[in-house]
Amino acid sequence: MYTYSGFDKAFLAQRNTQFRSQVERRISGALTEDEFKPLRLMNGLYLQLHAYMLRVAIPYGTLNSAKMNKLADIADKWDKGYGHFTTRQNIQFNWPKLGDVPDMLDALAEVGMHAIQTSGNTIRNVTADHFAGAAADEIADPRPVAELLRQWSTDHPEFQFMPRKFKIAITGSPNDRAVTRAHDIGLRMLERDGTRGFEVIVGGGLGRTPMIGKVIHDFLPEADLLPYLEAIVSVWNQIGRRDNKYKARIKITVHEHGIDEIRSFVNARFEQTRATFSGVDQNMLREIETQFAPPSFKTASDAPFNEAYHNDPMFRSWADTNLTAHQAPRYKIVSISLKKHGETPGDASAAQMRVLAELARDYGHDELRISHEQNVILPHVHMSDLPALHARLRSANLATANIGLISDIIACPGMDYCALATARSIPIAQQIANRFDDLKREQDIGQLKIKISGCINACGHHHVGHIGILGLDRAGVESYQITLGGDHTETAAVGERAGPGFSADEIIPAIERIIEAYLELRSARDETFLETYQRTGLAPFKAALYPQAKAVAAE
Amino acid sequence: MPKQFTPKVVTANHLLEGDVIYQTATGWTRRLSEAELLTDEADADLRLIDALQQTDAVVGAYLADVKVVNNALEPTHFREEFRTTGPSNYAHGKQVDLH
Repeated sequence: MYTYSGFDKAFLAQRNTQFRSQVERRISGALTEDEFKPLRLMNGLYLQLHAYMLRVAIPYGTLNSAKMNKLADIADKWDKGYGHFTTRQNIQFNWPKLGDVPDMLDALAEVGMHAIQTSGNTIRNVTADHFAGAAADEIADPRPVAELLRQWSTDHPEFQFMPRKFKIAITGSPNDRAVTRAHDIGLRMLERDGTRGFEVIVGGGLGRTPMIGKVIHDFLPEADLLPYLEAIVSVWNQIGRRDNKYKARIKITVHEHGIDEIRSFVNARFEQTRATFSGVDQNMLREIETQFAPPSFKTASDAPFNEAYHNDPMFRSWADTNLTAHQAPRYKIVSISLKKHGETPGDASAAQMRVLAELARDYGHDELRISHEQNVILPHVHMSDLPALHARLRSANLATANIGLISDIIACPGMDYCALATARSIPIAQQIANRFDDLKREQDIGQLKIKISGCINACGHHHVGHIGILGLDRAGVESYQITLGGDHTETAAVGERAGPGFSADEIIPAIERIIEAYLELRSARDETFLETYQRTGLAPFKAALYPQAKAVAAE
Repeated sequence: MPKQFTPKVVTANHLLEGDVIYQTATGWTRRLSEAELLTDEADADLRLIDALQQTDAVVGAYLADVKVVNNALEPTHFREEFRTTGPSNYAHGKQVDLH
């Protein structure tokens, strides 16, 4: 894991001192809200429906036990004893008081964390595959490059006042778990003739105008990465639409100009930016890489795992659902679900955070990850330790065996917290999870991604959910619109809108009708929901969703 | 024809706490029940201007629709209703702080 240098520490200390002074001046009345708002947003502080909210960056979703324990301490001391992990691998504290925020930021700085550029029209926290450095299918760990991007983009003087926010995601695996095609820039690591490079995708995004990103460079040599990205952001910074907030993201720029024209602009700018990079960035990357060396994996028998797997049905069910293949022999990647049925997706109490930190230290080489799917990952656990780990997860209410299943729902905070929301998301997620848990059909239904957003901005990634739910305000009533067939992986697709929306009372039965239709339509038990949908198309699901329409049509 | 004016209150968030507050005839309250009911459009505009000038105490003041039911003020929109209570997933916010 990257450890802050003296430069990083001094920079952060200076920023925190500046912000403390800005807060003091706001409280004294020397700064108006209009003057203060851009300053607080640069430091991740929002004002939500019921309180302030502090969004803390978790760079590329990577934490260790010290950082996780600090988040727990902050939750206890200055918040209400919990935190909310987000689809951008960040954590949000929902109840800070304005006067306490400088102390919270100082506490974060003690463990090399901050809230800089988690808001505002800047390059935001760089997100990455949550299995990075561990996945069996990985070409290389993308996190050193992500860290280089973090250092390059933090306080970059050219990119502090851009047309709009800018999000970069990176994966080192051919199986895309970082949703790279729905980011302003997506980077997919490739290897050609023994050389590492990137497929560079640009202009993806969700929100009110969902777009799947387009390939601007099919194999960018690694050494050219920073000057090339600087060229992309620089071109957009100049020609991006500043006249209309809703047309300001790079996806619209790419859409309006076409990818070929954007590529030629970028290539021209790249000629200039490349000349300004002396290669020092590559030296820095080599240095950063040494800080992401794999842990020293242990060798031990997997007998304890096999014994538990054969004798303990609870353990077997959890192991079948929550473990992923690891690159080291007899190691597994453990996904810890923050989606216990009826709980808020992505929330962890301070007590749970401390347990997670302890487990990472005891069994996981002191590494943790936050996934964009709002779960916590222990990337390196030896199979012999899994039974003991599972037992401790169970006693902390963290052993829910539902990764990738219907109750493993992404949900944004929605109108329970967010000032932008048009409807609530959390209660819908809770009800869906409880309903299918009651029916005991989760395992039978199999792999299914439900993603819920409480407004058109799509923080809940509803467009790329197999089933997407969008909460809207329809004439003063919460209404939920369904999209079907979205895909967040390397074969990314935006879901199709199924038809008119449903009220809060109608949405759970509507989801049930979709699932019933799938179970009837699937050609075999192992044909997933998405595969069935891709084979049959929308029509049979639409008929199941709107039985009255079918009846009327038949009359 | 101009739209008929509907009853309103001035609401905002508290600068330090960040929580929801309502304007009274003399200051601010955390309870909608104690808010000043504004039934005249010109009066409402003046009260909002007054609130917007109090930048050292409140943030984001605006006029919110209310209705009077059994002599009590009630929000007309679900967003305002949630602002009077708090989130639905935990017993946090006004639903516990005011009891």
